[in-house]
Amino acid sequence: MSAPAAPAAPAQAEPAITAELVASHGLSDEEYARIEALLGRAPNFTELGIFSVMWSEHCSYKSSRIWLKTLPTEAPWVICGPGENAGIIDIGDGQAAVFKMESHNHPSYIEPYQGAATGVGGILRDIFTMGARPIANMNALRFGSPDEAKTRHLIAGVVAGIGGYGNCIGVPTVGGACEFHAAYDGNNLVNAMTVGVADAGRIFYSAAAGVGHSVVYAGSGTGRDGIHGATMASAEFASDSEAKRPTVQVGDPFTEKLVLEACLELMATDAIEAIQDMGAAGLTCSSVEMADKGGTGIELDLDRVPVRETDMTPYEIMLSESQERMLMVLKPGREEVAQRIFDKWQVDSAIIGRVTDSGRLVLKAGNAVVGDLPIRPLVDEAPVYERPYLEPAPRAPLAPADLPADPPPMQALARLVGSPDLCSKRWIWEQYDHMVMTDTVQRPGGDAAVVRVHGTDKRLAITTDCTPRYCVADPKLGGAQAVAEAWRNLSAVGAKPLAITDCLNFGSPEHPEVMGQFVGCVLGMGEACRALDFPVISGNVSFYNETNGHPILPTPTIGGVGLIAGSGRMATLAFKAADETVLLIGATEGHLGASLYLRDILGSEAGVPPPLDLAAERRNGDFVRGLIERGLVSACHDVADGGLLVALAEMALATCPAGEPIGVRIAPPAPADDAAPLAAWLFGEDQARYVVSAPAADVPTIMAAARAADVPAQAIGHTGGDALTLDGRGAISITELHRAHEGWLPDYMAAPI
Amino acid sequence: MKAAVVVFPGSNCDRDVRVALEASMGRPPAMVWHAESTLPESDLIVLPGGFSYGDYLRSGAMAAHAPAMREVVARAKAGVPVLAICNGFQIATEAGLLPGLLMSNASLRFVCKDVHLRVEHSQSLFTDCFRAGQVVRMPVAHRDGNYFAEAEVLDALEDEDRIAFRYCTPAGELADGANPNGSIRSIAGIFNETRTVLGMMPHPERLADAELGGEDGKTMLDRIVAALG
Amino acid sequence: MKAKVHITLKPGVLDPQGKAIGRALASLGFSGVGEVRQGKLIELDLQADDAESARVEVRAMCDKLLANTVIETYTIDLEP
Repeated sequence: MSAPAAPAAPAQAEPAITAELVASHGLSDEEYARIEALLGRAPNFTELGIFSVMWSEHCSYKSSRIWLKTLPTEAPWVICGPGENAGIIDIGDGQAAVFKMESHNHPSYIEPYQGAATGVGGILRDIFTMGARPIANMNALRFGSPDEAKTRHLIAGVVAGIGGYGNCIGVPTVGGACEFHAAYDGNNLVNAMTVGVADAGRIFYSAAAGVGHSVVYAGSGTGRDGIHGATMASAEFASDSEAKRPTVQVGDPFTEKLVLEACLELMATDAIEAIQDMGAAGLTCSSVEMADKGGTGIELDLDRVPVRETDMTPYEIMLSESQERMLMVLKPGREEVAQRIFDKWQVDSAIIGRVTDSGRLVLKAGNAVVGDLPIRPLVDEAPVYERPYLEPAPRAPLAPADLPADPPPMQALARLVGSPDLCSKRWIWEQYDHMVMTDTVQRPGGDAAVVRVHGTDKRLAITTDCTPRYCVADPKLGGAQAVAEAWRNLSAVGAKPLAITDCLNFGSPEHPEVMGQFVGCVLGMGEACRALDFPVISGNVSFYNETNGHPILPTPTIGGVGLIAGSGRMATLAFKAADETVLLIGATEGHLGASLYLRDILGSEAGVPPPLDLAAERRNGDFVRGLIERGLVSACHDVADGGLLVALAEMALATCPAGEPIGVRIAPPAPADDAAPLAAWLFGEDQARYVVSAPAADVPTIMAAARAADVPAQAIGHTGGDALTLDGRGAISITELHRAHEGWLPDYMAAPI
Repeated sequence: MKAAVVVFPGSNCDRDVRVALEASMGRPPAMVWHAESTLPESDLIVLPGGFSYGDYLRSGAMAAHAPAMREVVARAKAGVPVLAICNGFQIATEAGLLPGLLMSNASLRFVCKDVHLRVEHSQSLFTDCFRAGQVVRMPVAHRDGNYFAEAEVLDALEDEDRIAFRYCTPAGELADGANPNGSIRSIAGIFNETRTVLGMMPHPERLADAELGGEDGKTMLDRIVAALG
Repeated sequence: MKAKVHITLKPGVLDPQGKAIGRALASLGFSGVGEVRQGKLIELDLQADDAESARVEVRAMCDKLLANTVIETYTIDLEP
């Protein structure tokens, strides 16, 4: 190919390319030199902007890519792994589940309502872009210390924003997680996940094929909002983050609802060749990725792009992150069909360009070429960094002697169930419409949310999980544990775990300690995914979650999806009747290191997390799922944060909304000299454990099955009464626990913001 | 029996109502796009929940002016039963089919949960499956469900037995804690003068299936369908 | 002294409500309406000695609470 000519100067004067301008675009000197070498000339202002967003951490995964490649992404039921808008799995009967999780952390700190709302809007678009109707939203939220002045304001705004968007568009928000730690002061996390269902034979991809075919823009007009959002998400906050405010985008869920319905209607007509939503880096990223995947080129006439502000420059049009916009390539002659459907739904649309065979992104405005870049290098030549990393020094295990005197267990239990992390999140999920679409068969508050696949008896179970205090103590173990816990939560409702999406939230990758956390977590995740046949099919990395050099806790959030077959049974965590036997499945040694009890009751974050035996994890989970399938258990709950006593309390607390609470009485093991202290048995967070309840008549069958499967199981007590009773160690009424559990969050949020 | 569900831009419970009605009727209702100026012949018209026009000006305000609504108002005046649920209730008040209006919830927050309702009057097409005083359970999901009307209007509604449902405790008592949105006199649903139009904030279609946790909504829809033949 | 605070979205910030209202007006047959922007009006009864101190006070209220200055702007009208 001959040396490319420089594009003509645009009508409006553009800034000259200086070292300062390059630096302000987040490009290093080496990166800029590479751009000049690739082009054989200096880029103009618009082209520089395009390179800066395409090569930003957010779009290029330049620091994470080599590590993400180590994750397993395949299984016989995986239809599409990472690389498209979302991952896809086969759920039988010619249907597919499409899902992904994405972060919107930085925008949600700057403007919590709009930041969270547009995060939900963006992930919804990723799903329906592929031809799937979104059927459920989930989220995982992390906030700073409740004592921090801004925390309350952030919770109120983020929760209202998530609800404001999901409720309006009419996709149920069926569950999530919300936890607190001072490490998130100044860097809250908003991870939003959407699950959709598509016909497996009618999935839409983004590869732009068909030279000469029309490139169509549909949705909201382009404004100046969000310019450089992608580079914002790739820079650490200094205290002057106020100055970055003009990049905030406003969400318009009503328009998105119309775009959603219009796109699904258009997809049913077979008019679409390829489609991509405009998310981070807007028109730039969508057009470049479509052409790159199709091995084609794209020519855009920027004068035809629907805009909602006057005098927008090519730079602004290409980099705008205005929401609710889609880009698609139509099959020839289908422009009118598309126009009619968009008009019906009152969605603005325009033909803004065509697919070419040039391998180049050519931008025209005012009859001049204002940008002309080779596509492949924008994507494939993006820098890849093997950042230096430091593995954290192993921590010393907790010795029993290190533990201060234990408070009475029932007192500790009441404090734990009323603590910020373990308290009821009802105040949050009652603000989300979790029932619209009338397929939510397990509402928020259980181990996993469960929604029916519309019109069938099949159900999808969905969960989001991560234990950051384990990840910071031992990244590899923490990464593996997050995957295992998601797998466990799906198993606990009776679902067969199928695949995960991940949202990897970390501090700056330029700090070797943080990079070490990232590497450890990813390696651990991969190990657990392989051991549990639980591949990663989509995901997102959010780096630079740190302020003034203080990174967040490493938080690799896992979104897991499982399937309950049409004939299969589902379990819930609430006890169903009195006088049933309560059994503990899985081995208990009493690991208090890095536990919630240690942190919230004894005031220490020391120790190593409980070990994870992935073979036992699989054995125990398969066993419990089998019990549920056979209808042998009446309730099931995994044992996680807070250990056994908290799990039992949660099973009793879940009976409260239905009327008279059902309590439980358990007998702790007889103390022996070498045994772990009672607190370790009650509150230790040993992994791969479940609590189930069953009618006494079924217990011999369960115990025999456990022996046959080599799974530890023991009867530890009985349901009944109106209290949680520990033989010889006191009791606490379920009503009192309920008050503590339901009280904290509403009381906290009632104080003035 | 024939039913029609009016679909506005931003409606999002239209499919839910269709599914629940189809279960009761044995065949699907007609789905009528808001821009239609004629309605198919119907024995029942449903205005479904959602966020018509994003609820951007006032809830229901813009949908009340949709072409299909002129026809709905005319049919309602001619006696065709209209069931207006949630956003449909808001649209019905804006269109003048029912008195009063729905303000922002007292909490200023969206609320989605099951609530208990006391059936106030059972002599209507919509409520004669229940006894007066019976407590039923249905979900609410709204941000603007705080019913308000002038005192004279409220007195008239009471005198004319036009209050269909009130929010209550599981035992049937009226209490602030049982009122999810601050509605005046705990009103959850009202009738027009002839009790042929019912506006209600709770969603009967959401608890019309045992797998979803309850069937009080199904009881209601089944009876409406049976009565209309 | 009375203060009227008009709060609107900053120019260039997407106004979904305004857009939807504009569309509805057009569908009702009101032609010739260009862009529609909506906002809030807040009326305050103030105990202030003079207009200048009142304005300073109200501006502080706007910046702190009344307006979300990330996306909104405001104007203040004072009436004695």
